[in-house]
Amino acid sequence: MKKNKKRMVNGSVYSGLSILAVIWLMPIFWVILTSLRVERGSYVTTFFPKAFTIDNYVHLFTDTGVLNFPKMFMNTLIIASASCVVSCFFVLSVAYCTSRLRFKLRKPFMNIAMILGLFPGFMSMIAVYYILQALGLSEGVMIKAALILVYSAASGTGFYIAKGFFDTIPKALDEAALLDGANKWQIFTRITIPLSRPILVYTALSSFLAPWVDFIFARVICRADASQYTVSIGMWRMLEYTMIDAWYTRFAAAAVCVSIPIAILFVVMQKFYAEGMSGAVKG
Amino acid sequence: MEKSGFKAAWCQGDRITKCSLLLMGSSNFLRGQYIKGFIFLSVQIIYIGIMLTNGFSMLAKLPSLGEAIQQEVWNEAKGIYEYTAGDQSLLILLFGISILFLTIAFFMVYRTNVKSACHVQYLKEKGLALPTFKQDIKELFDSRLHVLLLSAPVTGILVFTILPLIFMITMAFTNYSKIDQHLILFDWIGLKNFAEVLDVSGDIGRQFWGVLGWTLTWAIFATILNYILGMLLAIVINRKETKGKGFWRFCFILSIAVPQFVSLMIMRTMLQPEGAVNILLRNLHLIEASASLPFFTDPTWARITVIVINLWVGIPFTMIQVSGILQNIPSELYESAKVDGANAFTIFTKITLPYMLFVTTPYLITTFMSNINNFNVIYLLSGGDPTPVGMSAGKTDLLVTWLYKLTIDKQYYNLGAVIGIFTFVVLAVISLLTYRNTQSYKDEEGFM
Repeated sequence: MKKNKKRMVNGSVYSGLSILAVIWLMPIFWVILTSLRVERGSYVTTFFPKAFTIDNYVHLFTDTGVLNFPKMFMNTLIIASASCVVSCFFVLSVAYCTSRLRFKLRKPFMNIAMILGLFPGFMSMIAVYYILQALGLSEGVMIKAALILVYSAASGTGFYIAKGFFDTIPKALDEAALLDGANKWQIFTRITIPLSRPILVYTALSSFLAPWVDFIFARVICRADASQYTVSIGMWRMLEYTMIDAWYTRFAAAAVCVSIPIAILFVVMQKFYAEGMSGAVKG
Repeated sequence: MEKSGFKAAWCQGDRITKCSLLLMGSSNFLRGQYIKGFIFLSVQIIYIGIMLTNGFSMLAKLPSLGEAIQQEVWNEAKGIYEYTAGDQSLLILLFGISILFLTIAFFMVYRTNVKSACHVQYLKEKGLALPTFKQDIKELFDSRLHVLLLSAPVTGILVFTILPLIFMITMAFTNYSKIDQHLILFDWIGLKNFAEVLDVSGDIGRQFWGVLGWTLTWAIFATILNYILGMLLAIVINRKETKGKGFWRFCFILSIAVPQFVSLMIMRTMLQPEGAVNILLRNLHLIEASASLPFFTDPTWARITVIVINLWVGIPFTMIQVSGILQNIPSELYESAKVDGANAFTIFTKITLPYMLFVTTPYLITTFMSNINNFNVIYLLSGGDPTPVGMSAGKTDLLVTWLYKLTIDKQYYNLGAVIGIFTFVVLAVISLLTYRNTQSYKDEEGFM
C-alpha cells in the first residue's frame, strides 16, 4: 500500500518535471529548427520545417550587403574585451578600497553607490549621448570607444559582490605581508587578487557578457551607423517589418551562433559565482 | 603653525603661504617642491582658461537657458542667406552643469593646495625635511592607495552616472518637450510638470496613475509567483527520491544561458496571431483553423502573457538561487514535523516558507526592485501594447518603458524626467519600508 503510493508520487513528479522541461526547452528547440529551415519568413503553416538546410548559416556569414553579421560580431567582441578589462580594474579597485582601506569618504561613497542603483539606468541615456557628443565620440569608429565607456565607466558602482568576497579574506594575511615590508599596493596585487580567482572570473565574464546582451544603450549611441552595430541591434533590425520576411531564418541562425559561446561562458561563470559566494579561504 | 586650512593660512601663514591663496602652488614651489607646485599652478591656469573662454558665458545663460533664436541673415557680399548660430538650451544646461561640477572640483583642489601650503610652512618652521615628489608618489601606493585606485572609477561614475542624472533631474523643471516646439529653446517652469503628471483629471495624469498601478501589480505578481514556483521546482528536484537531478537542473538552466533579448524576441514572434504557438494549437485542432489567441492584442491576455513569460525567464534563476539555502534547513525540523504527522503542504507553509522568507527577504526586495525596473521583458515582449488610440502608455507599459516611449519616441523629455524621478521615489520608499520591517533587519538571529 505504502509502496504503491510512493510509486504514484514519483510518477507524477517525473511527468510534471517532463512537461515543464518541454515547456522550457521548446523555444530553444524551435530556434534551432527555424535556423535549419528552408522556407523563409516568420509565418509558416507547419511547426516542423518541410526540409532542412544549412544555407541560413552560410548566408548569414557571406551575404554581408545589408546587415554585416561577421562585422557586428567583431565589433561586439572588441567592445566586450575592452570594457571587460576596464570594468575588472574598476570593480576590483573599488571593492578593495571599500573592504580594506579606511578613509573619510568610505561610508558616504557606499551609500551613494546604493542610491544610484535605484534610478532607472537609461533615464540618463540621452544626457550620456550628449556628453559623448561633446567629447567627440559620437561618429564613426569613435562609437566603439563610446560604447566601451558606456559599459565600463560607471561599473565602479557594482562592487558589492567583490567587496563581500574580499571581506572574507583573513586580515592576518595582510598583516603578515605588512610585517614583511610590503606596501598596500603590493598587498592588493600580490595577495588579494591572486586569492580572489572566483570573483575575478565572475567579474570578468559578467562585464564581458554585458555588451552582447544590451541593446538599449547600443541603439541610442549607434543610431543609424550600421557599420558600428553590435550583434544585439543587428538582430533587432532583422526582425523589423521590412526585414523580417527575408531575414527571419537567418535571425534564428544568428541567435544560435551568439547563444552557444554565451551559454558556455555563462555556465563557467555560474560555477565561479557559486565559489565566490562561499568565501575565500575554506575551513 | 599646526593647523591647516583657510583660516590658519590667513591668520598664521607667512607671506609665501598667503601668496598661495592667490596663486596656487606658490608655497610648494618657493619652498622646493617644484613638481607639486607646478601641478597646482597648471590646474589653476587651466581652470581660469576654461572659465574665461566658455565658462562664464555658459553660467550667465543658465538662469534664462538662452534666448537667441536661430535667424536667417542676408549676406550682401556672398549673395546668400546665412544662419546665425542661435542658443541651444540643452547644451547650455549640460555645459552649465558641467561647469558647476568643474568648479566644485577646482575648489577641492584649491583646498588641498591651501592645506599643503600650510603643511609645508609647518615642516619648514620645525626644520623638518620636505617630502620629495618621489616620496609623494610612493605614498600613493601605500597610505594613500585609495586616492590612486578610486580616482579613475569615481571620475567614471561622476561623468557617466551622476552628471547625466543631475542633468535629467533638472530637465523635469523645464518645458523641454515637443509640445509647443520647445526642442531647441526652453525655459525653467518650476513644478508645473509634477503637477501635470499627478493631476488625475488631465490626460497624462490619468495615464500615470494607471501605469503606476499596473507597475506595482506586475512587480508583486512577478516577484511572488517566481519565488514560490521557483522554490517548489527546487524542492521537487532536490527531493531525495528524484533521480537525475543534474539532468533536470540542466534543462532549466539552459534557458538562462540563452541571452534574454534573444529568447524574448523569439517568444514575441512565437506568440503573434500567425506565430508558431497559434499554428501548433491549430494543427492540434485545439482552436479553429482561422482563429488565434489574442496574446498581445487583448489587454487582459497581454498582461497575463507577460507575467507568464516572465515566469519562464525567472523561475530557473530562483531555482538556482534558493537550492543552496533549501539544503541548509535543519533536517531535525522536518523529522519532528513528520513525527507529529504533518503533511507535505503543512510542512511547506509552516517550516520551509517561513525559513526561506527569513533568509531571503533581502533577495526578494532586490527582485521586486528589478521587476519595477524590468525594461527588457516588457519592451522586447509586448512593447507596452495594446495601446489605446490617442494614448502614449499601453496597457502593459511599466513606468520605465513609458518613460522610454515619452523621451525617445514622443520627445516629451520633461515629462519623462518627472516619471523617472517618481520611479526613483517609489523604489526608495518601498526599499526603506520593507527593509526596515523585515525580521532579518530587526533581529539578526531570530529564526528557530
